[in-house]
Amino acid sequence: MSLAEPKLIRPGSDRAALSGAPARRRKPFRTRAYKVFRAVALIVVVAAFIAPLVWMFLASLKTNVDIYDASKTLVFTPTTANYETVLGRNNYLSFVFNSFWVAFASTVLSLIIGIPAAYSMSRFAMRRSALVVLMARIIPGVSLLVPWYYVFSNLSMVGGYSVLILSHMFVALPLIVYILMSYYDSMPLELEEAARVDGLTHIGAFLKVTLPLSVGGIATASILAFIFSWNNFMFALVLSGADTKTLPVAIFNFVAYASIDWGGLMAASVVVTIPIMVIALFTQKYIVSGLTAGATKG
Amino acid sequence: MMAVAALPPKRLPQKQTAWKSYSDWANEHRKWLFAAPAMIFVAVLIAFPLGWTLYLSLTDASGSVRAESEFIGFENYADVLTDTERFWPAVARTFVFTAVALTVQLVLGMAIALLLWRPFKGEKWVRVAILLPLVATPVAVGMMWRLIFDPNIGFANQLLGFVGIGPQPWLSGQYSALPTVIFIDIWQWTPMVVIILLAGLTSLSDEPDEAARIDGASAWQRFRFVTVPLLMPTIIVAILLRSIDALKTFDLLYATKGRGGGSFHEVETLNVYAYGLSFDYNDYGVSSTVLIIFFIIIVAVMFLLTRRRKEVQK
Repeated sequence: MSLAEPKLIRPGSDRAALSGAPARRRKPFRTRAYKVFRAVALIVVVAAFIAPLVWMFLASLKTNVDIYDASKTLVFTPTTANYETVLGRNNYLSFVFNSFWVAFASTVLSLIIGIPAAYSMSRFAMRRSALVVLMARIIPGVSLLVPWYYVFSNLSMVGGYSVLILSHMFVALPLIVYILMSYYDSMPLELEEAARVDGLTHIGAFLKVTLPLSVGGIATASILAFIFSWNNFMFALVLSGADTKTLPVAIFNFVAYASIDWGGLMAASVVVTIPIMVIALFTQKYIVSGLTAGATKG
Repeated sequence: MMAVAALPPKRLPQKQTAWKSYSDWANEHRKWLFAAPAMIFVAVLIAFPLGWTLYLSLTDASGSVRAESEFIGFENYADVLTDTERFWPAVARTFVFTAVALTVQLVLGMAIALLLWRPFKGEKWVRVAILLPLVATPVAVGMMWRLIFDPNIGFANQLLGFVGIGPQPWLSGQYSALPTVIFIDIWQWTPMVVIILLAGLTSLSDEPDEAARIDGASAWQRFRFVTVPLLMPTIIVAILLRSIDALKTFDLLYATKGRGGGSFHEVETLNVYAYGLSFDYNDYGVSSTVLIIFFIIIVAVMFLLTRRRKEVQK
């Protein structure tokens, strides 16, 4: 309808809205006072979100003596000693590997069962079935852990990778299904129908047309699934063994004993956070679109 | 679809028939074939545990997961529901934590989203900065704030020292611990609200706001009577997502205060309480009871929120 009325657009009104571009306002705010206010406010906001992380990083470069010294808050001689102790002790690098392996495997396996599920649930509007998967997001993890622990320890799986991967899939799968569902909801059917006309089966059309076209959505879903799996603490706290501990659990164990080695603890915290921050830096668009998937459709 | 299914057997050579009929069957049933694995995975990992937790809540199971236990009916429920020392305070803390964190996150999140709404230079970097707390590992975040809030060496007290205020106990105080963990939760999760609201703001159409402007509405009036009502569905989504997670908060509380939510149970929410009963004290019967009640609470809250969401959509 709007295509028939382009001439009615008043001069100065937002043409971007009609050309299909995001409806975001491109009109900058006018007053100088507001600009100044906004600049100051933004600096405060950014500082509030960044400063603690900077603080953690600085502390990881200090000796424990310097951490205790208020005069060495910002000016100190950086040392890599904390990283050397942390990485050198307790097979810390193997915990890094555990975290990677568990997050990676659970993401990939969740994608394998999650992509078709999301596609089907979107295509056939299976809202009630989708609710089953959403339950995994709503139910408190603790209420599942005792029975899981019982069953998996009877199967001698507790302490192995498989049980960790399974439990982290429980975190990753609902994320993947929901992100991809909203992605497929907004994808036009026509291309797939064209492929059907060209003689492909339904599944063939899904594999050869829809799947390649949804690479963006799959990337978004995988990144978020990986991050949430990497950050997960509770499942690994109960289900991991001495050799399969993930990083968050390893960090937590740091403080279980008498006095805290703050420098080491901060170095360990930086080690677990850095990979995620780097991923976030390079993929921020995907993360944002994943976190807001479905949010604006109401 | 019918035609495709009917044709092949006549046209194709014999050896392909088996594969072809599999393929036909798969195409015919793809709706469930595609959805089933994920649904079965989730259902199996949920259904049995919930049933078992329900059963355990009616027994006196404790000690070891494999220990003998006796069926005691609703005794646990009577015990838990009359427990004013641990259970009800934990319920109260869960709701205080969720309500306060959520409220502050919504207000702050809305303010920041409005700041970011219109384009400006360096927008991308501000977005990245806002994303960082969100993706940071909660346990590491907990440790980081433990150092900052340490009564003796923490930066928070050094900062207070600069402005002449005496050191505060923060996380270690009986009454200051809960507000402090709420503060940390706000730091970590306000960005989530910002991102969701910003997406909602960006997708709003310009016209209603313009119309109100022409009618002479002030900035506040336009925000209050135009933007907020239009944004309501998005706001509800933010509330829904955040409250699911806030009610279940565990990592942060356990990382900062450890077992039992500290020595006075000062940050012991339902989740921490139930976890402690299960894995620190192996009191499975009671913990299952708490979990069933917790589960009912969460489902009830979600039900109320989604109903509200549907009302808003109408």
